[in-house]
Amino acid sequence: MRMLTNFGRGVGALAVALAVCGAARAESAPIQLSLKDHLFTPAEITAPANQPVTIEISNQDATPAEFESKQLRVEKVVAGNSKITVQVRPLPPGRYRFYDDYHEKTTEGFLIVR
Amino acid sequence: MLGALIIVFREVIEAGIIVGIVLAVTRGVARSRLWVSIGVAGGIVGAALVAAFAGAIADAVAGMGQELLNGAILAIAVLMLTWHNVWMASHGRQMAADMRQFGEQVRSGSRSLFALAVVVGVAVMREGSEVALFLYGLAAAGGSGAAELLAGSGLGLLAGCAVSALTFLGLVTIPQRHLFRVTTALITFLAAGLAAQSASFFQQAGLIGALSQTAWDSSSILSDTSLLGRVLHTLIGYSDQPSVLQVVVYGATLAAIFTLSKLFAAPKSGARSVVASRTANGARPA
Repeated sequence: MRMLTNFGRGVGALAVALAVCGAARAESAPIQLSLKDHLFTPAEITAPANQPVTIEISNQDATPAEFESKQLRVEKVVAGNSKITVQVRPLPPGRYRFYDDYHEKTTEGFLIVR
Repeated sequence: MLGALIIVFREVIEAGIIVGIVLAVTRGVARSRLWVSIGVAGGIVGAALVAAFAGAIADAVAGMGQELLNGAILAIAVLMLTWHNVWMASHGRQMAADMRQFGEQVRSGSRSLFALAVVVGVAVMREGSEVALFLYGLAAAGGSGAAELLAGSGLGLLAGCAVSALTFLGLVTIPQRHLFRVTTALITFLAAGLAAQSASFFQQAGLIGALSQTAWDSSSILSDTSLLGRVLHTLIGYSDQPSVLQVVVYGATLAAIFTLSKLFAAPKSGARSVVASRTANGARPA
C-alpha cells in the first residue's frame, strides 16, 4: 500500500514537473506578424537574446507566401488567408532579415534580437 | 516576366540537376527512362497535392506538419540514394565488367531503379509544390500582367529542363569506365546534402534542439542563393550558414554510405592477386 502511495506521489511529482516545463516553454508569447498586400506588419519585431522565439504569421492576402529567412534558418509556406507558427532557435543579439520568398525584394522585415 | 522566370527557374534547378544525374546513372539500363518518367509524373502529382493542401499540412502536427513532411521525404530520398549506392557497389562492378550479363543484372536491379525513381519523385515534388503555389498566387492575383507572368514561369520551367539536359550531357561525356566512380561520388554527396537539409527541417520543427548554432557564415564569399551557390547546394549540399547539426549529419551520411558500400562491395577481381602478392611477401593470412 505504501509502495502504491509512493508511486502515486512519484506520478504526481512527474506531472507537476511536466506542467512546469510546459509553462516554461509557453512562457514567451508568440510574436504576431501579419502579411497584407505583400507587406509585413510590423516590419520590425523584437525578441530577447538567447531564448527560443515563436513567431505567428497571419497571411491576410488571398495568395500564398513563403516565409523565409536564411539567418533564422526558416522556410515555410503560408497559404492564402491562413496562419503558420515558426519556431526560431535562441539567437545572439543582432538584426535578422526575413522575407516572402515569392516577393523577396519587396516583402521583407527584420527581427531585432537584443 | 523576368521575375517570374527567375523564381520558377531557381525552384526547378535542384530537381533538374537531380533528374539529369539519375538519367546519366541509369543510361543504357532497360526501362530506365520509363522509371524516371514515372518519378517525374509522380512528383508532379505529389507537388499539386502538397500545394493544394498547403494550409492543412501546415496546421497538422501542432503546426509543424510542413517541416515534418519536408524532413521525412528528404530522409526517404537519402535512404533511397544510400540503398542505390550500396546496391551498385555489390552488383555494379560485374555489371560494368561483363556487358553480356547486363540484361540479367538489370532485371534483378529494377528495385534500384525504383529507388532512383522515388528520389526523382521527391525532388520534383518538393520543388514543384513551391512552383505550383507561386503559379496559383499569380492566377489568384489575376490582373493584366498575369499572362506575361505565366509566360515567364513557362520559360523558367524550360530553363530548368535545360539544366537537366546539360547535367545529363555533361555526365555522359565522361568515359564509361570512369562514369561509375563519378556518379557514385555524385550520389554520395547529393545524399549527404539532402540529409543535412532534412536535419534542418527537423530542427525547424523543434524536434532537435541541440547543435542549432551556426557553424560558419560564408555568405559574403559565396551566397547559396546565387546561381553557383544553388548548383553547389544541390550537388554537394553547400550551405552558407549551416547549423552545427547539419554539418554533423552531412559528415555522418558520407561516412555511412562509404562504410556500407565497402561492407557490401563485391570482391574485386583484383582482390585475389593482392592477397597472393601479400602471401608471397611472407605476410600469411591467419
